[in-house]
Formats: sequence, C-alpha cells, structure tokens
Amino acid sequence: MRSNRVGWLLLAPTILILAVFGIVPFLYVLYVAFHQWNPFGANPNMIYNGADNFRRLVFDAEFLTSVWFTLKFAFFAVASEVALGYLLAQLFMKDSPGKGFFRTIHTLPLIVAPIVVGSVWRLMTTPSIGIIPYLLNDWFGYDLNIGRDATSAFVITVIMDIWHWTPLVTLTLLAALVSLPKEPFEQAQIDGANRWQIFWHVTLPMIRPAILATVFIRLMDALRTVDEVWMLTGGGPGAATRYVGLHIWKLVFPKTDYGYGSAISVIVLYLTLVMCWLLYVGLVARRDRKRPS
Amino acid sequence: MRADRPYLTVLLWTLLSLLTLFPIYWLFVISVKPAVELFTTPSVLLDTVYWNNYVKVLNDSTLRRYMYNSIVISSGNALLVTTLAFMACYALSRFDLAGKENIFFWTITNRMAPAAVFLLPFFLLFTQVFVIGDWKLYDTKIGMILLYCTFNLPFAIWTLRPTIDAIPKELDEAATVDGASTWQVIREVIFPLARPGLAVTLILTWVFAWNEFLLAATLTSFNARTITTGLSEYVTTTGTEWGTMASIAIITLVPALIVFSVVQRQIVAGLTFGAVKE
Repeated sequence: MRSNRVGWLLLAPTILILAVFGIVPFLYVLYVAFHQWNPFGANPNMIYNGADNFRRLVFDAEFLTSVWFTLKFAFFAVASEVALGYLLAQLFMKDSPGKGFFRTIHTLPLIVAPIVVGSVWRLMTTPSIGIIPYLLNDWFGYDLNIGRDATSAFVITVIMDIWHWTPLVTLTLLAALVSLPKEPFEQAQIDGANRWQIFWHVTLPMIRPAILATVFIRLMDALRTVDEVWMLTGGGPGAATRYVGLHIWKLVFPKTDYGYGSAISVIVLYLTLVMCWLLYVGLVARRDRKRPS
Repeated sequence: MRADRPYLTVLLWTLLSLLTLFPIYWLFVISVKPAVELFTTPSVLLDTVYWNNYVKVLNDSTLRRYMYNSIVISSGNALLVTTLAFMACYALSRFDLAGKENIFFWTITNRMAPAAVFLLPFFLLFTQVFVIGDWKLYDTKIGMILLYCTFNLPFAIWTLRPTIDAIPKELDEAATVDGASTWQVIREVIFPLARPGLAVTLILTWVFAWNEFLLAATLTSFNARTITTGLSEYVTTTGTEWGTMASIAIITLVPALIVFSVVQRQIVAGLTFGAVKE
C-alpha cells in the first residue's frame, strides 16, 4: 500500500482551513456562552455567570417551542425533498427529448438567493395583493391568510423550502445514479426482478451513501434556516414560524443579548450534532454489518 | 435506460417546469411593474411592461462592481473548495488513516452552526487577527473565498465522498501495478470517473457562495461586497424597493445560468461501464 503520509498531505489543507475558520470561532462562542454580555446594554462588560444561560434556556418556553417547530419544519421539508428529488433524478435518467433544457429549468430555483426567494414568496402569498390567495379564492373559494393562520404559514414555509431545495437533492442523487455501474441492473433484469425489487435490492443499497449525505446536508441546513423564512413571515403569525435560527437572530440583533444567544447556539449546534451522529452511526453501522454476507 | 413513453415524460416535465418557473416568472413580473401596481388586485398576465428598473440597475456602476466581486468570489471559492474536497475525499477513500471517519464527521459539523452569533468572532478574526500592517482580511475577496470554505468544504466533501468511494479500487490498484504514481492515478483514473460528482459539487458550491448573505453583509463594505448583499440594500425596514430588488435578482440569474449550462454537460451516464473488465 502507498504511504499514509501522502494521504495526510492531501487532507492537510482541509483540516487547516476548517480549524482556523471553524474551531476558533466556535471556541469564542463557547466562551461567550458562559457570560452575561450585552455590548449595547446598560452594562457593556462581559460578566462571567457560569451556567446561568444554560439554566435559563431549559425553562425558556419560547426557545423550546421554536425547537419543536423547527424539528417539524425540517422533518416535513426534508422528507418531501428527498422523496421528490429521488423521483425526479430517476426521471432524468430516462432519455427524452429536451432533457437538458428541462434539467436547467429544474435547477433554476437554486440560483435564486434565499432572501430573494423569501421576498417573492411573500409577495405571492400576502393576502389581498398576492397571486396565490387570489387564485385559491377565485378557483376554490379557499381563504389563505398566512398573516393570521398559523398552519397556513407553516405549510407555506415548507412548500417554499421544497420549491427551493428539491433541485439540490435531484442533482446530488443524479450524480450518484449516473456513476453507478450497469452490470448489476442488467443482471437483475435477466433474473426477472420487477421495478420495486430492483429499487429495493439493487439501486438503494448502492446509492445509500449518497442519499445519507444528502439527507444530512438538507437536514442541517433546514435546521438553521433564517433568510427565507425571515423575509416570508418574519417568524409570524405569533411565533408559528419562528424557527430556531430566527429565534437566535432576534436575540442577537434587536436585543443584542450575546451571552444568551451564544448559549442557545451552542445547544442548537450540540443537538444537531447528536441527531446527525445517531443517524450516521445507526445507518452506517447497519451498512457495515450487511457487508460481509 | 430508454423511456417507454417519451411523450408522457415530456408532458410530465412540462407540468413540473411550469410549477418550478412560476415564482421566477413572478419575480420577473415584479421587476417590470411600477411600484403602485404591485399593491392592487393581482393578475397572472402582464398588460404593460416597464423596463425602467433594468435601465437604472444596469447603469449603476456600484452594482456592476458588486456583480464582478460576486463572480470572482463564487468562482474562486467553488474551484478551491472542489479541488480541496477532491484531494480530501481521495485521501479518505483510499488511505487507511487513523480516525479518518471521525475527521469525516467533524468536517460536516462546521456546517451546522447557526450563523447569527458566529458573525462576531468572524468579524474579530477579520479585523483584528488577520492584519498585516495596514492590510486586513476584512473586505477582501480572498477573505470571503477562504471564509466560504467553512460551509462549502464540508458540503463538497460529503457530496463527493460517495462518488469517489463508488469508483472500484481495482482500477487504481491496476494502475499502481503498472507503475503509475499517486498523482497519475488521481489524474488519469479517478478524475475522469468522478466527473459527474465533481461537476455537481462545483455547481452547488458556486451557488452557495453566490447566494450567501449574512457573512458578506457583515464582513465586506465595498471592495468585496457581493451582488446578493447589494440587492438586499433595497430591502429595508422602512420600505422595500421591490422592483429594483427583483430586477437585480433577475439579472443575477444570467451568470449563474451560464455556469450551470456549461458545467451540467459533465453529468453524463455510463462512464464506469465496463471499466473493471478492461
């Protein structure tokens, strides 16, 4: 085998960059999390207050609700995106006239910046001036009011996220699908397997790592969504779409409560990490157990 | 794979494309309507088109500057990130490095942090730590290119790893037996086979860098200010210039579309077919 020194050398720039721009800022935030600090408040000094910030957040109903809403949002959005993205990627595997054209159109939402996405969806859904409530009322007599109805606001944020991010899932899964060797599929067809059997026993095991990576990335991005939802609903009505990223944003910017904001960020980071770690270990361990047979 | 009913597929694509395009069409509608008409009863079709917003935006030299900055930063970052991730994934996939799975997982944790509180340590790093004489990392393109690695590099490593892992190890072993160096194996064997994955990684990291808003808004002022941040200057608490914002947003789609259509051609099937037998 080749020497591992080459391997470490190839990995070194990545580790260096992520250590400087990842670990150093994290240590700073961790330090601030143990202090009471409001740089624009009555007392601008950092005061050490032990674990007070963490004690406070355990009983902070607003924070806990926002965590629950965020989890709900991330679950519905990511589950739909992965299912839809996979189907679309499979559809792109077929030869059809104008495939390249449709693929470009399908990826367009990705190139719209999140703050623009939020703005457009807001203009489309605002009651009385938006086109969506207008058409829904005209065609079905349904009254959509995301400024008043918490469920509609939640659903619209999920739909917006699906519109914006499904193409990412499609593209990553498409890259995985086109890289697969053809032999196992041909063999399965010779053996008389039906579509569902081919998907379950041939395709899925082979693209499982790609699906896993995509789910992770979408999950952690959905959990820290800010820009789009901020522009669309501003977190309302009430706190119905005040997802955890927005909650932190509101603590840090209007209130400049850096100490508490940092503590919440550390906890959110920790929860995301544990969640992904459990998923990762669970799924990867399962894959490894299967391998010898 | 050949479609059994191509017309059905085309019909399905057309319907899906209409759904996908609608919000973008609406963005265009906003960009060509005078401000007063935005707040009346909506209609799907346009009756009159006002190009004034576009004239204003295209004549604005500051916005042209922001556009140029965005192109340099996104392209620089996407190329850097894809190269580094390709090297890292090759190392993770082919070498028996101690604790490599932990390193792999650690990279992705850098993407999990909620941005708001992290702006402050980044600001301090950029204005007080990375300072040489009069030169600061603050408001420089290279600063943004390096900073965007924090969220793009983990993403690239995680999307590229499955592709590299899927390339049969027998291929590089055969090449090594034939006397190829590590560099030759990477260039002649892995690179051509990893092309679809590399293309997708390049596109998506480019897009993430292009669309990033919070960090650019905090860490740049003019020399490295990006178009996404410039566009947000028209979105304020006192009132948003929707038309101007929308027309900038439509214009920013053009460079992105060019990058997309060029790079997407690399996503083609069948590269690994029969490779092992040869």
